[in-house]
Amino acid sequence: MTERRISIPGEIIAEGEDYLPGEWTEKREGKIYALKYGLIEESNKLIKIIPVSGTYSPRRGNVVIGKVENVTFNGWVIDIGAPDNAFLTVMEVPKYVNKDALEEVLDIGDMLVAKIWAINKRGIDLSLKAKGLGKIEEGLIFEINPNKVPRVIGKEGSMINLIKENTDCDITVGQNGRILIEGDSTEGELKAKKAILHIVEKSYVEGLTEEMENWFKSQGGLAPKRDVPKDLAEDEE
Amino acid sequence: MVDQVMTTPGTTGERVREYLASGKRFDDRELLEFRKIIIEKGISNKAEGAVRVKVGATEVLVGVKMDVGTPYPDSADKGNLTVTAELLPLSSPRFEAGPPKFPAIELGRVIDRYIRESKFIQMDKLCIKEGEKVWNVYIDIYSINDDGNLLDAAGIGAVAALKIAKMPTYDEEKGKVDSKHLTTKGLPLEKDMPVTLTIHKVGKNFLVDPTREEEDLCDSRVTFGIRDGSISSLQKGESSAIDFEVMKEVIDKAAKVAVELEKQIEKALK
Amino acid sequence: MAKKSENFERIDGRKLDELRPIKAKVGVIPNADGSAMYQSGDTIAIAAVYGPKKMHPQHQQDPAKGVLRCSYNMMTFSVNDRIKPGTSRRSTEISKITEWALEPVLMLDKFPGQVIDIFIHIIQADAGTRCAGINAASMALAHAGVPMKNLVCSVSVGKLDKTLVVDLTKAEEDFEEGEGPTDIPISMTPDGKITHLQLDGKIGTEQMKEVLDLGKKAIEKIYEIQKKALKEAFN
Repeated sequence: MTERRISIPGEIIAEGEDYLPGEWTEKREGKIYALKYGLIEESNKLIKIIPVSGTYSPRRGNVVIGKVENVTFNGWVIDIGAPDNAFLTVMEVPKYVNKDALEEVLDIGDMLVAKIWAINKRGIDLSLKAKGLGKIEEGLIFEINPNKVPRVIGKEGSMINLIKENTDCDITVGQNGRILIEGDSTEGELKAKKAILHIVEKSYVEGLTEEMENWFKSQGGLAPKRDVPKDLAEDEE
Repeated sequence: MVDQVMTTPGTTGERVREYLASGKRFDDRELLEFRKIIIEKGISNKAEGAVRVKVGATEVLVGVKMDVGTPYPDSADKGNLTVTAELLPLSSPRFEAGPPKFPAIELGRVIDRYIRESKFIQMDKLCIKEGEKVWNVYIDIYSINDDGNLLDAAGIGAVAALKIAKMPTYDEEKGKVDSKHLTTKGLPLEKDMPVTLTIHKVGKNFLVDPTREEEDLCDSRVTFGIRDGSISSLQKGESSAIDFEVMKEVIDKAAKVAVELEKQIEKALK
Repeated sequence: MAKKSENFERIDGRKLDELRPIKAKVGVIPNADGSAMYQSGDTIAIAAVYGPKKMHPQHQQDPAKGVLRCSYNMMTFSVNDRIKPGTSRRSTEISKITEWALEPVLMLDKFPGQVIDIFIHIIQADAGTRCAGINAASMALAHAGVPMKNLVCSVSVGKLDKTLVVDLTKAEEDFEEGEGPTDIPISMTPDGKITHLQLDGKIGTEQMKEVLDLGKKAIEKIYEIQKKALKEAFN
C-alpha cells in the first residue's frame, strides 16, 4: 500500500528547477512550497495537492444538490453550500412556469438537483435543462465533505456503480458534497448511506474498491421492498 | 437571513418518520435508547469539579466553581445556586457569537430547575453563618459539539461535575476562599442522583437522545427531572400540542428510560 | 544562553530554554470545518474554524478581500477565581492580537466578500493562554483546508529578574525577586517571520535580541509538534 505524502502549508515539497507548481502549490527559487493541507500528488514533474478539507469550490458543469432559499420575481435563490448563493431563472426550467406563481414549481425549502451552467461576477447560474435534473420529490439526502466526492464516484463511476448494484438504489452525488439516495426500501437506502460514509472514512486507503466489495459481503443481503403506510399522510394536526 | 446551514431536508424527514413508524432509527438504535455516554473527569484542575460528557458525537464541558457570598433574604440559611449555559459558536455552524439567545437561556434555566428542584444539593449544609455568609455554587455549561440533545448531555454533566467536586478551603477569619487548595470533602449531596431526560415527539413516535438530524424533525418535547422515582421538574418545549392521553404515555416512557439512563451514567462515572 | 545566573532554578525543574510538555491534536470538534486542541503543561486551548463562507451581515463584507474574525475567551472554570461568563476587555484585546498573529499567513484576497471565523476557548489556564490559542488556531486553519503560506507558532519567553526562560508558568509570572518578571509572548512562522510580539516588564536591548533567538529555537520545536498532529489525523 503506497502512502501518499501529506502536505503542510509552507513546507517545501520538492526541490529542483524542472518541477512545475500545480494546484495549491507555489514555486519560489527552484523550490515547490505547499499552500494547503492535503495529499501530495506528482505526475511528470507536475506537483499538486489534493485537498482533504475545505469548502466547496463551484465549477462550471458541476451537478449540485441545492435548497431553495428565496423566490423572486423571475427565479429562485438556491443555497448550494458555496460561499455565494446560486440563482435559477425561470428560463432555465424545462417546463411551463406561471410567472405569478413561481412557488408552485419550486417553493422555499424545496430541494433540487441542478447543473452549474455559468459562474460570473454576479454569481452562480443554475439550470435544470438536462436529464436527471429537477425538484427532488423524495429520498434520503445527506452531506459529506465535498473533497471526498471523487472517491465516492470512483474512476469512471466504478465506486458509485458498485454501491448502486449492491443496494438497488439510485444515487445522485452532487459535487458540492450533497448526496441523494432513492431506493425501494429504507434499509437499502441506509445501506447505501453507510457505504458512502465508510468510503469517506477510508478515503486514503489504496484498493478501496476491494475494501468496499468485502464490506458489502459482510453486510448481507438486501431488505424487502418498502410498504408505505397508508396513514402517513395524515400524520399531523 | 440566509440559513447557510442545511437543516434536515423535508425528504429525509419523510424517511426518518417512516423508519420510526417501524421502530427503527438511522443509527440502528431503539427509539428509547441513548447513545454511548462517556464521562471524562477532572478536565480542568482549576475547577472545584469539571467534566467532559460525550453522548454519541455531542460533547459538553461542565464545571463547578464555588465562592462565599451573602444569602438571599428568603433563604437566609441556604447556599445559592447559579447555572449558566453557553451554546458556543465553536460547537455548531448554527450558533452565532454574542449574548445568549433563547436556546442557551432555556438550557441554563431547565438545568437550573432540574438541579434545584431535585434537592440533590443539600443547600442548608452550605450555610456558613445564617443571614450573613453562605456558599455560592456555580455550574457553568459549554457546548463543544452539537449533534443533538445538548440538553440531556448538559444535565448529565451537571450532576457528574457536582459529584466529583471538592469544597475549596475557607479561612473563616479572613473570610477568604481558596480554590487553589481544595479540601478532600465533596459537596453535600443526596445519595440518589437525579436524572434529566427529554422525550421528543416526531410525528406519532417518541424517542430519546435525538441526533441533530432527528432533532430538526421533532415537533414537541418534554424534559423530565427525575430523582428517586419522583418527578421533580418538568418542561414542555416547542410549539406542537400533545394529546392528553398521549402525555400519560410520555410520562410512563420517561420513568422507564430514567432507570436505564441512571445505570448508564453510573457506569460511565466509574 | 543566559550568561548570568546559570544556577537559576526553575520552580518545576525545567532547563532555562525547555518547553513544558506539549500535547496537540486536530479534528476534536466534528462540526467545525477545522479544529484543534493544544496543551502546554497545564494550559489547554481548543480552537475551531468555520469558513471561508459568506460574510453576514452584508455591510461588513469587504469586496476586496476576505475578513478574518477571531474570538478568544476563557471558560469560567479555567482559573482558580471564577471568571464571569461573557467577554472582557482582555479577551477582546487577545482576540484582536490573535487575528493579527494569523492574518499574515492567510491569502484573504482569494476570498472577497467572505469570512473565516476562528473561535478559541481556554479550558484550563496556567499562563501562555494566548500562545496556546494561537497554536491551536494555526493547526485548526490548516486542518480546515484554508490556504496558508505557513503555519504560525507561538511561545512566551520570559525574564525572571535577570535570567531568560522559555514558556512561563503562572507561578513564574508571579515571580517577585529582583527585577520581577517580564513576559514576552512571540508568534512567528517557522521561517522566522514575526507576526505577533508583546512585552510587559523591563528588559535591555541586547537581552531582547537574545529573547528573539530563544523564541525562534522554541518555535522550531512547536512547529514539529503541530506538523505531527496534522499528519496523525490521517491514521
